[in-house]
Amino acid sequence: MTTQITMPALSPTMEEGNLAKWHVKVGDAIEPGQVIAEIETDKATMEVEAVDEGVIEELLVPEGAQNVKVNTPIARLKGEGEAKTPPKQQAQPQPSPRAEEGKVGAGAAKFSTPTPGPSPQTGGERIFASPLARRLAKQDGIDLSGLHGSGPHGRIIKRDIEAALKAPRPQAAPEARAQSRELTTGREARSETPALRRSLEQMGIRAGSYDLVPLDMMRKTIAKRMTESFRDVPHFPLTIDIEIDALLKARGEINKRFGDNGVKISVNDMCIKAAALALKLVPESNASYTPDGVAMHHHADIAVAVAIPGGLITPIMWAAETKGLAQISAEMADLAQRAREKKLRPEEFQGGTFSISNMGMLGIKSFASIINEPHGMIMSIGAGEKRPIVKNDALAIATMMTVTVTCDHRVVDGALGAAFLKAFRSFLEDPMAMLL
Amino acid sequence: MSNSFDLIVIGSGPGGYVTAIRASQLGLKTAIVERDKLGGICLNWGCIPTKALLRSAEVYRNFQHAKEFGLTAEAVSFDPQAVVKRSRGVADRLSKGVGFLMKKHKITVIEGEARLEKGSAAPKVIVKDQAYEAKHVILATGARAREIPSAGLKGDGKRIWTYRDAMTPPEWPDSLLVFGSGAIGIEFASFYAAFGVKVTVVELLDRILPVEDEEISAFAKKRFEKEGLKLLTSTEAKSLKANANGVEAIISSKGKEETLTASHAIVAVGITGNVENLGLEALGVQVERGHVVTDPFGKTNVAGLYAIGDVTGAPWLAHKASHEGIICVEAIAGQKPAPMLKERIPGCTYSHPQIASVGLTEAKAKAAGREVRVGRFPFVGNGKAIALGEDQGLVKTVFDAKTGELLGAHMVGAEVTELIQGYVIAMNAEVTEHELMDTIFPHPTLSETMHEAVLDAYGRVLHV
Repeated sequence: MTTQITMPALSPTMEEGNLAKWHVKVGDAIEPGQVIAEIETDKATMEVEAVDEGVIEELLVPEGAQNVKVNTPIARLKGEGEAKTPPKQQAQPQPSPRAEEGKVGAGAAKFSTPTPGPSPQTGGERIFASPLARRLAKQDGIDLSGLHGSGPHGRIIKRDIEAALKAPRPQAAPEARAQSRELTTGREARSETPALRRSLEQMGIRAGSYDLVPLDMMRKTIAKRMTESFRDVPHFPLTIDIEIDALLKARGEINKRFGDNGVKISVNDMCIKAAALALKLVPESNASYTPDGVAMHHHADIAVAVAIPGGLITPIMWAAETKGLAQISAEMADLAQRAREKKLRPEEFQGGTFSISNMGMLGIKSFASIINEPHGMIMSIGAGEKRPIVKNDALAIATMMTVTVTCDHRVVDGALGAAFLKAFRSFLEDPMAMLL
Repeated sequence: MSNSFDLIVIGSGPGGYVTAIRASQLGLKTAIVERDKLGGICLNWGCIPTKALLRSAEVYRNFQHAKEFGLTAEAVSFDPQAVVKRSRGVADRLSKGVGFLMKKHKITVIEGEARLEKGSAAPKVIVKDQAYEAKHVILATGARAREIPSAGLKGDGKRIWTYRDAMTPPEWPDSLLVFGSGAIGIEFASFYAAFGVKVTVVELLDRILPVEDEEISAFAKKRFEKEGLKLLTSTEAKSLKANANGVEAIISSKGKEETLTASHAIVAVGITGNVENLGLEALGVQVERGHVVTDPFGKTNVAGLYAIGDVTGAPWLAHKASHEGIICVEAIAGQKPAPMLKERIPGCTYSHPQIASVGLTEAKAKAAGREVRVGRFPFVGNGKAIALGEDQGLVKTVFDAKTGELLGAHMVGAEVTELIQGYVIAMNAEVTEHELMDTIFPHPTLSETMHEAVLDAYGRVLHV
């Protein structure tokens, strides 16, 4: 009996992936649990394990294949003897106890599924269109989800496709479409916004004066998610200065006393802890907007931006409010290390209720980040530096750090954001309070 | 009785009365004006009574072939008066049915001939010197036989007939000259030929049934000739005159003139809209070549005045009129009906054999720049057709090669007028060849020929 191994969905939002490496070849006998391939997604490279035993009969997708859609058959497996289990799902990501923990611990995990984005096939509403309209749309590269149907009950019919082809549409202006046909042939180019599809030449950049680096999955995902967030989330920044001399002193003492045990707390670790406690203290700010209501998260799951070659990724410190500084520090070091190696599992970077981006070590004084949906806020931490400040009506020197939170105004209003920041500052300025 | 309505429909043919029913369903206070009998030409002098006549012809023809079926029918004969009487009975029954429908839907029936005068929201409707007012007035006055007096193609009610005389003949003909080979001409030719009348059809264009696909025309021509019809194509009628013994026509073909004689003649050279004596000129209603000009939902250039059906032009078909009326009145009621697509209006001819079609012919599809895939299937490959003793027929499909859109379907053979609707639904639902090929057709039926004609277009025909 022959079964097909299909491209696994390694995360709820995964639509496609690259087949980075085959670990097996035709004729190999494999058994359940054996790593058969590495799949590169927008966020990480993951190993795929076999579910059934058998012999690889054919590799249907070559190594290095790009943008393989989820559920596309990637290999054929010839069963040895009787097939023991119905081969419904032939491959699945490495099981992880974390996955469960993540889901239970973070209501936010649920929210990562309906990320905004035009993907009618994956969990979107069914689109009603006549068979002819579907075929015409496919042939002409028109996205049915963007069309208004004029047939019975809003069904999309031939006439609507013809109208879409004729009329200059916001999504597909004729000249832009012609342009995209020249530059690329695929349909993906057309799903981007018109501004992105204007050629560089049209914008005055001479052809031949640059090299074009193909978009990898991470770049595409960053572009898509950030564009959607910046466009769709009504956001505003709140900025405060925090005196961190007490914090630095406490950190120094902790590291000095427990350094021999391998403890090396960073300012960042302390910010994670302080943010988690502040979110618990001001629970209304630990929220996500959904059309059905505001989700009030049970835990402070803090996503921390880690720069990696070619982009960035945000591993999550789940339920950070429950963890001690030493644990946060150790886990963060591990997550950051594996993030740079692209070895994170999806459940380690998908979800979260709040984000932190720290650019202090890069000498940035202050900045405002773009909301990482569905988070209600994202914190931007600048460099700690000695500044002249006024204390008791006298000039003094203190180590100051400028912190900005960008708020999703749909769930975090100005006063609420301010209350959160005030709580956050109180923990940093009085680090002993974090130990309570 | 109040003289004020939401809607007045002028004409109670299949366009008018269906429009009135739909208007009533939509809550409009509706009246309908009829100068003759409810049901108009279709029910009284067109579609229905001719189908009754053709049914008699079919039964008679079957009697002639009784032996083939192992039956004996001796001394089979016919009574022309009884045949016509049955036809009239059918028409009367249906006309009464329309009266019942009007009553049921609380539609006021105004008897008499309507004339329009300038009004406020819409023109006023004057019937027998009584003025009626409505917010909307729909003209559904229909059409009548076109006449070409210069060539003598004009009915005289004795020897030279229009369709109306032909279905209630004052005397039974020995021989017939039929001018025009459209649906009307061919149906009468087929009817009279079935009863042994010597029929000659004169067609100006180069083939009979000129709106049909060329292959279908050619196939039908052969079958009609087998039935005893004489078909003269590319032939122009120069003159037609009646005399004491019959009719005499001078015809011209390829520059050669010839004289034809027969006992009677039928003029079926087209249709012209009933636009006269309605007061349209005074209102300034735009009329072109005998037909009222409208937008896709029947609006004329005069406020509150609409027109639907034959009076607005080709194709002159009852079902086209009904549909135009429905979308017109739905638009009036504020709904958003879809505009009618002419290429999805089926056409049927109830001769022997029958002809039915929808959409573009192969030639027209190519002329429109479409790359086509064509499928054909003959009735000889269909078990049911052979069992019925009706193995002469052809189904032809025309697909867009690129998109799989069904552009047209053309059929000739037994019962094809009942079959064509399958293709019409397919076109209206915008299915492609894929869904048609994937559809299960019941066996044994003539409809299997429709499946095969689709399969053939894609190289998958089974029974050839």
